[in-house]
Amino acid sequence: MADEDKDFLFSDICVEENLVYRKPGTLTETELHYCPGCGHGVAHKLLMEVVDEMGIQNETIGVAPVGCSVFAYHYLNVDMQEAAHGRACAVATGVKRVQPDKYVFTYQGDGDLAAIGTAETIHAANRGENFLIVFINNGVYGMTSGQMAPTTLPGMITTTSPFGSDTKTQGHPLKISNLVASLPGVAYVTRQSVHKPANVRKAKKAFQKAFEYQKKGLGTCLVEIVSSCPSNWKLTPLESNKFLEDKMIPYYPLGDLKVPEGK
Amino acid sequence: MGKKKLMKGNEALAEAMIRAGCDAYFGYPITPQSEVIEYLSREATNRTGMVVLQAESEVAAINMIYGSAACGRRVMTTSSSPGISLMQEGLSYIAAAELPCLVANINRGGPGLGTIQPSQGDYFQATKGGGHGDYHLIVLAPSSVQEMVDYTLLGFELSEKYRCPTMLLADGAIGQMMEKVELYDQMPRKTEFPDWATTGKPKNSDRRIITSLFIQPEKMEQINLGLQRKYREIEKNEVRFQTINTDDAEYIFTGFGLGARICTKAMESGRAKGYKIGVIRPQTLYPFPVDIYSELSKKVKGILDVEMNAGQMVDDVRLAVKGNTRVEFYGRMGGIIPTPDEILENFEKIFLK
Amino acid sequence: MTQEAIFSGFGGQGVLTMGMLLGYAGIIEDKEVTWMPSYGPEMRGGTANCITIISDTYISSPIISTFDTVMALNQPSVDKFEEKVKKGGNIIYDSTNILTVPTRKDINIYAVPGSETAVRLKNSKVLNMIMLGSFLKVNPIVKIETIWKALEQVLPERYHNLIPLNQEAFNTGMELIAK
Ligand SMILES: Cc1ncc(C[n+]2csc(CCOP(=O)(O)OP(=O)(O)O)c2C)c(N)n1
Ligand code: SF4
Ligand SMILES: [Mg+2]
Repeated sequence: MADEDKDFLFSDICVEENLVYRKPGTLTETELHYCPGCGHGVAHKLLMEVVDEMGIQNETIGVAPVGCSVFAYHYLNVDMQEAAHGRACAVATGVKRVQPDKYVFTYQGDGDLAAIGTAETIHAANRGENFLIVFINNGVYGMTSGQMAPTTLPGMITTTSPFGSDTKTQGHPLKISNLVASLPGVAYVTRQSVHKPANVRKAKKAFQKAFEYQKKGLGTCLVEIVSSCPSNWKLTPLESNKFLEDKMIPYYPLGDLKVPEGK
Repeated sequence: MGKKKLMKGNEALAEAMIRAGCDAYFGYPITPQSEVIEYLSREATNRTGMVVLQAESEVAAINMIYGSAACGRRVMTTSSSPGISLMQEGLSYIAAAELPCLVANINRGGPGLGTIQPSQGDYFQATKGGGHGDYHLIVLAPSSVQEMVDYTLLGFELSEKYRCPTMLLADGAIGQMMEKVELYDQMPRKTEFPDWATTGKPKNSDRRIITSLFIQPEKMEQINLGLQRKYREIEKNEVRFQTINTDDAEYIFTGFGLGARICTKAMESGRAKGYKIGVIRPQTLYPFPVDIYSELSKKVKGILDVEMNAGQMVDDVRLAVKGNTRVEFYGRMGGIIPTPDEILENFEKIFLK
Repeated sequence: MTQEAIFSGFGGQGVLTMGMLLGYAGIIEDKEVTWMPSYGPEMRGGTANCITIISDTYISSPIISTFDTVMALNQPSVDKFEEKVKKGGNIIYDSTNILTVPTRKDINIYAVPGSETAVRLKNSKVLNMIMLGSFLKVNPIVKIETIWKALEQVLPERYHNLIPLNQEAFNTGMELIAK
C-alpha cells in the first residue's frame, strides 16, 4: 500500500462517528505486561471504565497487591499505594478510615488475598470496611511462576503439586468469597468471569454496583473474577477458557453470593 | 502549657498523641503497653475525631499505619517486643516508601514470649533497621514520663521532616511508672496534606504512587543512595544527648532510658564517696551521639556502659571510642532492673580493684 | 527534703494505691514525684510493691537500692526489705500479719496492728488508709489536708461518700504511732 493511500485511510476512517472503543482516561498509556489470555488486563479495564463513567477518578485510591498485578499502578491512572504481600486490606483500612469520603479499592490475587493475607481479608470484611475488594482467582501463584495456591483445584498440576494437588495433604480449594459473604458487615459478594463478552458485561455491572454501594456506605464489597493464567496452566488462551468453563467454574460457580438487603 | 499532673507513662504517651493532633492509631493489645489503646479508646475519638482501631494483629496494624501515613496523616502505633517483631515487615516497607509515622516499643524481656517485665533487649532491632534491607528508624529513648510526652511530639515532627519512620524505645517500667508531667495544649489536626499523599489524583497533575518496589537494580540503587543521603543528614542534624558532671569526670557511666537514670543515681552515690564520675545519656539512639563519646574518651580513665540487656549499645559506644579508653559493660537481663548500688559495686570491682 | 519509700504487701491489700495517693498529694504540693509499681502476675508469693519517691528537688532515678521507709504489710515484705532500710530509716509493719518481726538495731521499727484495727472499723479495705496514716505520722512529707484533696481526685465521684470512713481510718493510723 502506498503511503498516500495510508494517509487517506487513516484520516477517512479515524473519525468520531466510526468510534467503537476509546481507552478511558483512567488507564495510562503504559502497555500492559500481562500474558496473552490473562484475565488481569480485562479486569483492569473494566474497573477503570467504571471509575471513568462515575467520574470519580480524582476521589479514588487503589491498593495494589504483590502478585502479577503488582504493577497495577503503572496502568490504573488513580492515586495508588503498593502494599506488602497479603496486606492490601489492612492498608486499605488505613486509607479509608482517614478518608471516609473517598472511594477505595484493593486489587488482589488468590495467593495474596486467600493465603498470606487471609487474616487481613477476613477481618477487614468482618469490620465491614467500606471499600471494594477486587479478587482475581486464577488458581495459581502467577507471579512466582505457577506454584500451588489455596484455590488450586484437586488434582491440578502446579510446580509445587507436580503430581496433582492432593486434598489429603494439601488442603481443599478455598472458597474465600463464600466465607466473606457469611460475615454480617459485608454488603455485596459476587463471583464473575471475563472469558466471554457476556461475562465481561456482567463483571462490569458488578464493579458498578460495588462502587454505588460504597458511595452509600453499605459495607465491604468483594468482586471475585474467576480468571485464567494460560502461562502457568501451560495451556493456550483458548484451552484456558475451556479449562475455566469445564473445571474452574463448576467448582467456583458464577453469580451473586450476597446482595444488600432490598436489592 | 497545662498544669502538672501525675500520670502513668503509657497514659501520658496516649494523651500526648491526642494532643499532638494525631489522626489515627492502629494497634493490638500486649502487656506492658495495653493502657495506650485502652486510654485512646476512652478518650481520643470523642475529643478530636481521631481514628482509633484495634487491629486483628500487629501485622495488620502496621499496614494500616502504612495506608494512613501514605494519605499524609499523622499516625502512630504502639506495641511491645513480640508485637514489634511482627511489625518489622511493615516498617521496612514504610522506610522504603519514605512514609512518616511514629511507633513506640515498650520493650519487655525476651527472646521469645519472654517476660512482661521491663527490658532494653530490642536496642539492636530498633537501631540497626530491624526488618530487611538497608534502612534506619530514627530512635528516641525517653527516660521519664515527661519525655514520653515530649518525644511523642518530637517523634512526629522528625518523622514528618525526614519522611522517616520514628520509634520511641522505652521499657515496660517507663510505661508503667507514674511521674509528674506537663502536657502541651491540644494541637489542631492537619487539614492540608503533602503533595505526595494519596488523597485522590489532582485534576491537573499526575497521580501519586506510594511504593517500595523498584525492580530495576539501577533504580533501586538510586533509591538506596537517596535513603543513605537522608540518614547522613539525620546524623548531622538530629543527634541529641545529655551529659551530667562530665567536666571533671575521670569515669563515665552511660546508658539509655531508665538505665541512664539508674546510672545517674549510682553516679551521685559514687561522687559522695569521692569518685569523679560523669554520665552520658543518649536521647537519640539513632542517630547515635558518636562525637561526645569520642571527645570524652580522650579525657577519662574508663566508661561503664549499663543496660538492661546482654550488652547492645555498648557496641556503638566502643565504635565511637575507637579504643581511646577502656569500655566495660554491666547489665541485667530477662526483666531485672539493676539497682544503683549494684552498678556502683560493679564499677568499683571493675575499675578500682 | 526527699522521702524514698517502698510500700509492699499482698496484691489486694492496696499497697499500690497507698503510694499513689501519696504521689498525688506530692503533686498537689508541687513536689517531684515518681511512683514505680511492680506489675504483672507476681512471681514470689503474690507480693506487690511500689517505690514512691517524693522530693523537693529533681529525682534522678525511680529505681533505688535502699529506702528511707519500708512499709510492709506481709511477711515476705519484711523478710525482703528490712535489710534495704537506710541506717536511721524506718520500717512500719502490720503487726497483725507478721510473725517474724524486724530486728535491726540501727533503724526505727514501728509495729502497727493495722488489720486488727481495720476489723474493728468493720472494713478490711481501709487497711491501707490506716497504714498510710501511720506513714504520714512518721514522715510528715505532705500536709494531711493534701491527702484529703488527693483522695477526692483519685476516688471516682460516686465513691466520695466513703471519704469520711477513709479519713477515720487514716486518723486512727496516725494515733497508733503516737501511742
Ligand atoms: C512475604 C512475601 N512472601 C512471598 C512473596 C513472593 N510472592 C510474590 S507474588 C506471590 C504469589 C502471588 O500469587 P497470587 O496472589 O495468586 O497472584 P497472581 O500472580 O496469581 O495474580 C508470592 C508468593 C512475597 N513477595 N512476599
Ligand atoms: S502469569 Fe498468569 S496471571 Fe500472571 S500475567 Fe501471565 S497469565 Fe496473567
Ligand atoms: Mg493467583
